[in-house]
Amino acid sequence: MALHVHLLDKPFNPGALLGPFTNAHPGYGGLASFIGAVRADDDVRALELLHYEKMTRPGMEALAEEAAHRFELLGLLVMHRYGVMEPGEPIVMVAACAHHRRGAIAAVDYCMDHLKSDSWFWKREQRADGWHWIEPRDQDHSDLARWNS
Amino acid sequence: MAVRLVFLGKLADLAGADERDVAGPLDWDGLLTAVGPQLAAQVQGDKVKLALDGALVADKTTLAAPDGSEIALLPPVSGG
Repeated sequence: MALHVHLLDKPFNPGALLGPFTNAHPGYGGLASFIGAVRADDDVRALELLHYEKMTRPGMEALAEEAAHRFELLGLLVMHRYGVMEPGEPIVMVAACAHHRRGAIAAVDYCMDHLKSDSWFWKREQRADGWHWIEPRDQDHSDLARWNS
Repeated sequence: MAVRLVFLGKLADLAGADERDVAGPLDWDGLLTAVGPQLAAQVQGDKVKLALDGALVADKTTLAAPDGSEIALLPPVSGG
């Protein structure tokens, strides 16, 4: 079982990662992936993600271990950017490999809910009138709460 | 020696810096005094959490930061 957790300050190419990740798990039954990017709408010119080195990376690693155990994964890839990003740039990528599809799909969903509102990142958007800090929406909290029931 | 305060997210804007060194050791009352009234009001709220050397502090009011340690002031997170 292989966990790959990366915190990056440079753009990355999700498509180029998926092939090698798949090839590293011969005999898998299902693979699911999610890519989140900076939306090209509203008047958002840029997005900045801040992190805290002492906690962000260890938190991501603990999340990956929890997901791998909970969903009996064969492999899990978690990529997350920090720094300033422009519309169209990938922010996050999660790919999970499992014996069966449900484990893979659920693991990606689980990791994304926890990365959105239970990981040590702080997000702000640059609009025409300056920078605005983004706090989790109620939807993000209820998405997260689903996993505790 | 000193205690390093690390301000994350919007708290860095309010503090006017990402981090600041203050005289240590530092307890809860000492922290509130050190950050000034505006930040103290934020830090006292339920939404702001504290970490000491990378570990979340369960009860902020029991904070006991020795010389050479680092306190992170953590507002609500938002990633992905």
